[in-house]
Amino acid sequence: MAAGLTRVPVREQQPKVRATNFEEVCYGYNKEEAVEESQRCLGCKKAKCMEGCPVSINIPGFIAAVKEERFEDAFHIISESSSLPAVCGRVCPQESQCEGVCIRGKKGDPVSIGKLERFVADWARENGIKPTPAAEKNGKKVAVIGSGPAGLTCAGDLAKLGYEVKIFEALHKAGGVLVYGIPEFRLPKDRVVAPEVENVKSLGVEIETDVIIGRTVKLDELIEDEGFDAVFIGSGAGLPKFMGIPGETACGVLSANEYLTRNNLMKAFNPEYDTPIVHGKKVVVVGGGNVAMDAARTALRLGAETHIVYRRSEEELPARAEEVHHAKEEGIIFDLLTNPVEILVDENDAVKGVKCIRMELGEPDASGRRRPVEIPGSEFDIDCDTVIMSLGTSPNPLISSTTKGLEINRRQCIVVTEETGATSKEGVYAGGDAVTGAATVILAMGAGKTAAKGIHEYLSNK
Amino acid sequence: MFKILEAEQLSANVYKQVILAPRVAKSCEPGQFVIVRVDETAERIPLTICDYDREAGTITIVFQPIGVSTYKLVKLKAGDSILDFVGPLGRPSDLVTDDFEEVKKKKIVFIAGGVGTAPVYPQAKWLHEHGIECDIIVGARTKDLLILEKEMSSVGNLHLCTDDGSYGFKGVGTAMLEKLVSEGREFDHCVAIGPMIMMKFACLTTKKLGIPTVVSMNPIMVDGTGMCGACRVMVGDEVKFACVDGPEFDGHKIDFDQAMKRAAMYKTEEGRRLLKYQEGETHHGGCGNCGGDK
Repeated sequence: MAAGLTRVPVREQQPKVRATNFEEVCYGYNKEEAVEESQRCLGCKKAKCMEGCPVSINIPGFIAAVKEERFEDAFHIISESSSLPAVCGRVCPQESQCEGVCIRGKKGDPVSIGKLERFVADWARENGIKPTPAAEKNGKKVAVIGSGPAGLTCAGDLAKLGYEVKIFEALHKAGGVLVYGIPEFRLPKDRVVAPEVENVKSLGVEIETDVIIGRTVKLDELIEDEGFDAVFIGSGAGLPKFMGIPGETACGVLSANEYLTRNNLMKAFNPEYDTPIVHGKKVVVVGGGNVAMDAARTALRLGAETHIVYRRSEEELPARAEEVHHAKEEGIIFDLLTNPVEILVDENDAVKGVKCIRMELGEPDASGRRRPVEIPGSEFDIDCDTVIMSLGTSPNPLISSTTKGLEINRRQCIVVTEETGATSKEGVYAGGDAVTGAATVILAMGAGKTAAKGIHEYLSNK
Repeated sequence: MFKILEAEQLSANVYKQVILAPRVAKSCEPGQFVIVRVDETAERIPLTICDYDREAGTITIVFQPIGVSTYKLVKLKAGDSILDFVGPLGRPSDLVTDDFEEVKKKKIVFIAGGVGTAPVYPQAKWLHEHGIECDIIVGARTKDLLILEKEMSSVGNLHLCTDDGSYGFKGVGTAMLEKLVSEGREFDHCVAIGPMIMMKFACLTTKKLGIPTVVSMNPIMVDGTGMCGACRVMVGDEVKFACVDGPEFDGHKIDFDQAMKRAAMYKTEEGRRLLKYQEGETHHGGCGNCGGDK
């Protein structure tokens, strides 16, 4: 059985039960399950999974340690490459990365690399194991803007190399999208995110919250007045996009960013907190990415009948496979090949429905996905009281517009050299959504890692 | 944590606090605002910057309690601390950033209503310090609700008005403006800040009088840094975000009716939470939410 074709199943909260609470959906592996699953790894010499990992974790190495129940060793192997393993084990799109290229997957299930990573990280936290800090400081100072996945990774890597690192966070809590965006039921805040942030701090990284670079302090002032030798910009996603259709500023139309920030960062689902949230009876979420799934599953948990409206078909849904699967199990209704054309409002300017049109797939477009085309005359209405737009974001202009010599492209994203993360301004590096536009946690971490290496090279030769 | 150095009640429903926040005090300009989170369970609330002292590192905020979080703020005294205080947010006023020689030529009038008097003060003060004199109309329902009279009179030609005539000119701020214009005064730039309904009528009047008018919008906000999109306002045909594009906009292009409806979006929910907070242990229903009515 140990080398079987199927992976060890993971225990989860029952769909009907979890649809009414904000507890974590997936329980993860216990020790026995993790060791059993680890036996399935073939320990490939030329490990494809490592190539598939944006931060190149030594996957066969840590799994070999799990096989022998050397969990502490396994944690240190992962920590060489990743500062946030408990997060990645939960939110990485493994099916298109490490697990997508696993040899085991050619015939049967790939090894459950994500669940094993999560197990190791959780075990380390429960047993008080911390990453190893640098032996000595090198006396150089680096400022990191934003405490999301890109910033935390860059800061952690630089601290391990001996740099004095300070993170500036605009919000009142560190973690970026891990605290304001991804919901509790997918990524518990106090139990998982906060300890991972503490781990980065234990490497010597300082975090100052409530500082908005570009407003409170300008980037140039960090270098000129506060004595930083280099700066990393990991300021993340920016303003939410809207469709530009009639009725979109009506009461009851909100961005997924607003909805999720109210619920996750401000804990509006908890009556002890003051921040209000819209308790829709029937909610339409527009979009098909992870953020759309998060918003829809949040609305469901707050008691709404919830629909996902997406203009392409199921195959093109950009969300992680596991999230789509969980959303369906919980009872989210998917209206695919459907696109809103107008928000319908009542006399008080409140949402009463969405006029939609049916779509069909035409020729592939620039992204390689088949382009959705409207079917003439197929308009129909969906009744609802809340519409949540989850169409991605465009980068925040606060830093680029207040910093001299920082080049941005047509989409307002910061331009960097891919190999080093260097921007057009000397000593300033960038990575994550501020550079790529909305992407994933792990890609942001990969960019943070690349930039840490770039900054190290730059400051070593200076 | 951010320490409250002074706390004072200005009128029946308006309060003033001086907060130690050196980073904000160093960088803020007239027209900008801050976001405050009083304690762990509080909302992030956008508040007006009424004054700042770069040397002392302090910001003066003026506010009117409306929801649970602002009522919590009212209870704090000098010596207490606020958990989070972040800013400055929004763009500085055009008067501060536009070409100074152009601004100098302008004949400027401010119309301030209620708690909106507070954000007018730093703008008028900045002009005064730069040798530009302006007219300031401050209006309130009644004498007891007028705030900052002394401060305002030291930075411009102050025209006070009350709806009930208990002090100064009897009538609303826009009536005062029309009176000044009919007496031959000329203005070519107006800044109107106050309750949404007041700004709406101020804009109708200034449009009629042909005076370009800037208003400061205070829509619902969550993060205030350009992330949530809650603060969007229609300016002409364009959707703008008050926190990064504003808060000041061309008042003649704002859809005030829609802005007022959006501002009321969370009213029921906020009212419920406020009732629960104010009644505390004695809360047994009436909010329509807790089941206590049944």
